Amino acid sequence: MNDARTDGAAGPLEIRIDSKTYVSAEGQAVEVIRDLTLRLDAFSVGALIGPSGCGKTTILHIAAGLDPNFIGHLRIPGQGRLGVVFQEPRLLPWRTVADNIRLVLPPEQSFDQLDDLIDTLGLGAHLTHYPGELSLGLARRVAIARAFAVQPDFLLLDEPFVSLDVAVAARLRDELTMLTQRRQVTTLLVTHDLEDAIQLADRLFFLSMRPANIIAEMALPPPRGARDKATIDEIAEQVKSQVPGYASGAART
Amino acid sequence: MAKVLSLAALLGLWTLVAWLTQSPLLPSPMRVGEAILVDMQSGELPFQMACTLARVVAAFVIAFTLGVAAGYAMGRWRSVDRYADPWLVVLLNLPALVIIIFAYIWIGLNETAAIVAVALNKLPNVIVVTREGARSLDPNLDEMARAFRFSWQSKLRNVIMPQLAPYLAAVSRSGLAIIWKIVLVVELLGRPNGVGFVLGSSFSLFDMTRILSYAISFVALMLAIETFVVQPLERRTNRWRRRAA
Ligand SMILES: Nc1ncnc2c1ncn2[C@@H]1O[C@H](COP(=O)(O)OP(=O)(O)O)[C@@H](O)[C@H]1O
Ligand SMILES: [Mg+2]
Repeated sequence: MNDARTDGAAGPLEIRIDSKTYVSAEGQAVEVIRDLTLRLDAFSVGALIGPSGCGKTTILHIAAGLDPNFIGHLRIPGQGRLGVVFQEPRLLPWRTVADNIRLVLPPEQSFDQLDDLIDTLGLGAHLTHYPGELSLGLARRVAIARAFAVQPDFLLLDEPFVSLDVAVAARLRDELTMLTQRRQVTTLLVTHDLEDAIQLADRLFFLSMRPANIIAEMALPPPRGARDKATIDEIAEQVKSQVPGYASGAART
Repeated sequence: MAKVLSLAALLGLWTLVAWLTQSPLLPSPMRVGEAILVDMQSGELPFQMACTLARVVAAFVIAFTLGVAAGYAMGRWRSVDRYADPWLVVLLNLPALVIIIFAYIWIGLNETAAIVAVALNKLPNVIVVTREGARSLDPNLDEMARAFRFSWQSKLRNVIMPQLAPYLAAVSRSGLAIIWKIVLVVELLGRPNGVGFVLGSSFSLFDMTRILSYAISFVALMLAIETFVVQPLERRTNRWRRRAA
């Protein structure tokens, strides 16, 4: 039905979804994605932007190789070394923060080498805690630490800043920028927040409502992660004037 | 504290009734205690208890291993469940006594038959509970483990077992209780030793002192295992839950 393969670490990410259908609770097939093509250069950060329910998480699952039930084609960068931040933290409740991270480490990586990462995400004081003892913001940070601890060639982030308070979200954004700069990793970020996307990404992909496809694509001027408020606002204005339906709120949630 | 008081009250009641009736059919706690001491010293009681305990352990290990494997497969894969479920229903509804008699007749009056009979009696319950546990496994964590390329050993240890643990603990508890009771019946019907055998022969002699001393000793042993082995294990697997509360 579809063929998926991995390329060398430097290959681009290519996702082509001719069709993706879910079977609804009533037993009807609902097509949520149709004729979607997405190509992301190696080591760049792409942002998928679209209203909630349009199929962003579905695309991420397909990109992660977790959902083989689609018609299309998938080419993943790297040797399959994948880091994922799911929409929910998905930590193991019966393992401490440290163990949750330790469990995903590749053989050549030791936990002690992660000090920087742990510091950056402010997890030092929480390593012996269990996930049930953490706030949602902290749990998200653990999930991000885990995704980076893998030393991924390919990183997928599903709305990592949603439902966090403003200050925490801002810090996480900066941390993410630092992390993607420190390590060369092809990243696909899902968000429904335009400013998040502009701050973090090299390339924006705008999704339509069901069945989803890409209605517009925009390459942002480098360097990513160093855009100031004025630049971000300027780009946002550009998006609103260029992306059909965006300003009218059709793509807003 | 309440436990101790209630046990003391039971002992007091027993002493009182025994003293009132003065019948050989209800020996006093003192006499039963003496009998226990005597049989302890002669080595008779420890030997018979060890025979029974060995059967309990063997049957438990077999029922548990097979039951967890089968229950997991049935909970995880619908097709397995569809084919295996009718067998399970049959096994669930076969009376313990019927299974024991079949085992003794088909396999012979030997140790294998005894243990198979007990294990088969416990098996369906282990399967049902494990299947329930396997059905409730969190698909999100399953995906997480796949995305992060957990080895199957790591997945079993870190993702699946902790979720099944409460079910397995429940099954061990009820399992121990059911199994030792069935072992006594199996011994009564076809074994030349074990607590069940002693109870059977004492019954034909109406030797109530002996019956009570063996029964009480074995119940005490099972309670000790429950308290000092099963419960601490359960507490350990639930440590993260209490911390998280
Ligand atoms: N397992 C599923 N079964 C049926 N429908 C689903 C399933 N997962 C998602 N959907 C539907 O597919 C659409 C896209 O979902 P999703 O990818 O989660 O959207 P987003 O992440 O953009 O909010 C939604 O309408 C949702 O209801
Ligand atoms: Mg989503």
